[in-house]
Amino acid sequence: MKITPELIKLHQLTQGEYDKIVSLLGREPSYTELGVFSVMWSEHCSYKSSKIHLRKLPNEGKYVVQGPGENAGVIGIGGDWVVAFKIESHNHPSYIEPFQGAATGVGGILRDIFTMGARPIAVLDSLRFGEPSSKNMHILSGVVSGIAHYGNCFGVPTVGGECKFDDSYAGNPLVNVFALGVCKKDEIFYAKASGIGNPVIYVGAKTGRDGINGAVMASAEFGADAMQKRPNVQVGDPFMEKLLLEACIEAMKTGAIVAIQDMGAAGLTSSSCEMGSRGGVGIDIDLDKVPQREKGMTAYEMLLSESQERMLLVAEKGREEEVFQVFRKWGLDAVTIGVVTDDGNLRIRHQGRIEAEIPNPALADEAPKYNRPYDAAPYRKFPMEAPAEIAEPADYNSALLKMVGSPDLCSKRWIWEQYDYQVRTNTLAGPGSDAAVVRVKGTDTSIAMSLDGNGRYCALDPREGTKLMVAECCRNLATTGAMPVAATNNLNFGNPERPEIMAQLVESVEGMAEACRHFDTPITGGNVSLYNETLGEAILPTPVLGIVGLMKTAAPVPSTFRREGASVVMLGGMGKTDATRFGSTQYAKTLLGQTWGLPPVLDMDYEKRVHDAMRALAAEGLAESAHDLSDGGLAVAVAEACYGGVGATLTIPSEGRADFALFHEGPSRIVVSTGSPERVLEIASQHGVEAFVIGVTMKARLQIGNGMSSWIDIPVADLSNRFESALPNRIHNTHA
Amino acid sequence: MKAGVVVFPGSNCDHDAWYAINENLKGHAEFIWHDSPTLGDVDAVILPGGFSYGDYLRCGAIARFSPVMAAVKKFAADGGLVIGICNGFQILVEAGLLPGALLRNRDLKFICKEVGLRTETSNSPFTSLVGKDTVLHLPIAHGEGCYFADEHTLDELEAEDRVAFRYLDNPNGSKRDIAGILNKGRNVLGMMPHPERVCDPLMGSIDGLGIFQSMFANTPVLSK
Repeated sequence: MKITPELIKLHQLTQGEYDKIVSLLGREPSYTELGVFSVMWSEHCSYKSSKIHLRKLPNEGKYVVQGPGENAGVIGIGGDWVVAFKIESHNHPSYIEPFQGAATGVGGILRDIFTMGARPIAVLDSLRFGEPSSKNMHILSGVVSGIAHYGNCFGVPTVGGECKFDDSYAGNPLVNVFALGVCKKDEIFYAKASGIGNPVIYVGAKTGRDGINGAVMASAEFGADAMQKRPNVQVGDPFMEKLLLEACIEAMKTGAIVAIQDMGAAGLTSSSCEMGSRGGVGIDIDLDKVPQREKGMTAYEMLLSESQERMLLVAEKGREEEVFQVFRKWGLDAVTIGVVTDDGNLRIRHQGRIEAEIPNPALADEAPKYNRPYDAAPYRKFPMEAPAEIAEPADYNSALLKMVGSPDLCSKRWIWEQYDYQVRTNTLAGPGSDAAVVRVKGTDTSIAMSLDGNGRYCALDPREGTKLMVAECCRNLATTGAMPVAATNNLNFGNPERPEIMAQLVESVEGMAEACRHFDTPITGGNVSLYNETLGEAILPTPVLGIVGLMKTAAPVPSTFRREGASVVMLGGMGKTDATRFGSTQYAKTLLGQTWGLPPVLDMDYEKRVHDAMRALAAEGLAESAHDLSDGGLAVAVAEACYGGVGATLTIPSEGRADFALFHEGPSRIVVSTGSPERVLEIASQHGVEAFVIGVTMKARLQIGNGMSSWIDIPVADLSNRFESALPNRIHNTHA
Repeated sequence: MKAGVVVFPGSNCDHDAWYAINENLKGHAEFIWHDSPTLGDVDAVILPGGFSYGDYLRCGAIARFSPVMAAVKKFAADGGLVIGICNGFQILVEAGLLPGALLRNRDLKFICKEVGLRTETSNSPFTSLVGKDTVLHLPIAHGEGCYFADEHTLDELEAEDRVAFRYLDNPNGSKRDIAGILNKGRNVLGMMPHPERVCDPLMGSIDGLGIFQSMFANTPVLSK
C-alpha cells in the first residue's frame, strides 16, 4: 500500500516524524511498519512530550531496587522481600465504554505487576467524573462495576482510593489504577531478552481484532465523534488473567524463563521490541504461529491488536517443554512464535513474507522527544481575586451538613462495598481509612498506601498544588503510623501542544520533584495521560500520586474516635488562611459555588515535622485515633472522626471568622484523640510542632465553638446519615 | 484435623482458608488440585471462595464437573466433613450436595461488608462449639448470594433444623434470611459469609474461629 500524507495523518504521525522513520529505516516503511511506528511513537507509549521533564523527578533512594523503565518500580521492604507497584490510567477507554474501559485498566496494571514476578496484593483507584448528573452517574456506575468485576474475580483486594467530581471531567473521566505486588528479591523478573537462539513464547489469550490502535486513541483529544471509537476499547476476561497469573508465577519457578513482558498497549509490537531493545538483541516472529481468535487477520491487525490477558516470554532453549507443561496445566495456550536473534531487528513474518523489519531501538528508544513550548502562563480558568464579600452562612450546622454530603466529601461506601477489599486476608486498613494498609504474610512488615490528587489546587497553582498533594499523601501515611518510602505518579493533563497546558505539566512535575525529594519518596515509575480534552475543553490539571510506606505489622491507628472522655489534640496547630487562599477550599466550591485565588500555603519542613511527631505518637501507642485535615478543613475532619458514633465537644482558639476557622484547608494538621494529652503535647514540642488540646470526646454529639459563640451543635447521627446517604441518593435520583 | 482445600481454576480464597487453618488454628491444611480423582488422607474438605471457572455459565455450574467433585461426593456420603464457603457453597448447591440455588443479590450488585449472623443450631459438627443463638460478625463478598429454594424445601430445612446461620439484616434477599445450610447428614455445610477471613485478631475479629474449632473437635474417624 502506498504511504500517502493522509495515511500518515490518520496514524497521528507528523510529517517530521515520518521523515525520521524514513531516515531510520533508510527507506519508505511498509503499511504494517507505519502502523508499528505509529503506536510505538504515540504519546501513550513513547512519552514524547513529557520525557524531558520526567527526568527532573527523583528516582533513587535507599529502598529503590528498580526505578522507572521496567514494567513496574520495585522497592525493598526488609529482609529479602520486595514490592513492585505502579499506577496507570485508562481514561479515554473508560469514557467510551465505562465498564470494559475500567476493567481492562485494572487488568493492564495487574499484568505489569505479575510480569515482574510479584503477586498482586492490593489495588487502589483514583477516579474523577463530571458533577453528578444522569450521564456522569451512568459513567461512574459503569466504571465501578468494571473495576469490581475485574479485581474481585482476579482475587486482588481493592483496598482504597479516591473519587472526586468536577465538570471538567464530564467528557473525560479519569480512571487511574494503582496496583502493588509482593515477591522475594531473587524472584524478580525483567523484560530483557537475551540468549541468541532462545525461543520467544506467546502465552495466554488468543489474539483478536479488539483494541486495534488503542494506544493511538489514548493519545488524542476527543471530538464529537468520541463514541465512534468504541471498537478501539478492549474487552477483559479476569478469569483468564487469574489463570495467567498462577501459570506465570508457577512457570517462573521452573527457572526456564529468561525474560517476560505483558502485552499491553500496542500488544505484540511493544512487548517484542521493548524486550529486544532492553537486551540489545533482535526478535524474529512468525505471525502464522500466533494463536488467533478470528480468521483472516492481517499482520497489521495482529501487531496492533490490544487483546487482553496475553504475555510474551523468552525461555531457555531446550527447556520449552517445562514452560509448556505449566501452561497446559492451567489450560492456557503457550506457543513458540519466534526466536531471539543477534541482529537487533524486530522481524515480522506472515504467510511467507517479511511484513516488517525494524531495528528494535528505533521503535523503543528513538521515538521523537519534544521540548514542547511552555512559555505561557499555566492555563487558569478561575479568577485570582476574592469576591468583594464572602458571605457567612446563617447556620453552621446546615453548612456542615451540606459539606459532608457534597459529592467530593460524602461517603464512597456505595463504590467500595462493590469491591472485595479483604480477599487474601491482609487488609489491616481498607477503604474509608486515611491510608490503606496490607500486611505482607511471612514478614513483620505491612505496606501503607495512599492515592491523592487535587485538581482544584493544581488549577490554581500547578506547582504549589502538586506539592500540597504530595504532602497530603505523606500525611495520610503518617496518620496510620507508616513511613512513606517511594511513590508512583500518574500525570493527567490536557493537550501538551498548547503552551498553557504544557506549562501546567512542567510546573506540576517540578513541584512534584521538589516535594518528593523533600519527603524522601522517589518516583519509581508511573504513567502520563495527555490529551484529556473534549471539544477543546481540558480537564483540571490532575497529577495523581500513589505513595507507598512501611510500618511494622500491627493494628494501624484508626481514624475515628474510640471512646468518650478522650482528649482531642490538634497536632500542627490551627493553620492559616486569608481571603485569597480560602478560594481554593471545598467550602468555597460547595457553599459559595465558586473557586478563586490560590491554594493554601505549605511549609514542607514543618509538614515533615508534623509527620515525624505523628509517627512518634503512633509508636508510643498514644494516638487512640488520628485523622488528617484536608478537603473541608477542621470541621469536616472532626465530623469524619465522629462517624464511629463517638462525638466531641471542642473549643477552637479563634477570634477570626468562623467559616475560615472551621473550613480552611491549611495543611500540616492532624486531629488526634488520646488518653495522655500531656505526653502528646510534649512529643509535639520535641518535634517543633504546635499542638494543643481543643476538647474532649463525648457521646453522640459534635459541638464546636470558640468559647464565646457556639458554631456547631449537632447529633453525630445526623452527620453520618447525610454522609452515608448522599452518594446513593444522587445515584438513584439521577437514574430515576 | 487435616483439611484439604480444593483449588479450582479461579478459586481465590483458597490461600486464605489454607492460612487460617495452618497459621491461625495451628492445624494442617493442604491444597487439592481440582482434577485430582482422590482426596488423599484428609479429615475434612474445604471448598473455598472465588470465581471457579470465572463464574461462567452460572456460579459453580462448571466446577461441579471437576474430577475432584466425584471424590468429594463420596467423601460426604461416607460422613466426611465438607464446608463450602461462598463460591464453595454455590458449587455444593450445583453439585446437588445441598438443596436450593444462589441467585443474583437483590440489588444486582456485588457486596463486600461485615454482616451479623445468628447461629441457628448447635447440632452440627460446624457449630457445636459456637452455640445456638450466638451472633457472629462475618464478612460477605459476593454478587450471587441470594439463597433461594421452594417453600416446601425451606419448610423441610427448618423442620429438620438444617438452617445453620441466618442474617440479622438480610443483605442480599435470601429466602427466610438464610446464610448457611446443612445437608440431611449434617456433615456438609454451605455458607455465603467468610469465616476464614476473621480468624486473626489483626483482621479486626476472630468470629470465624469457632466454626473451624468445631470442625477440629468433631472430625469423625472415617474408614478409608
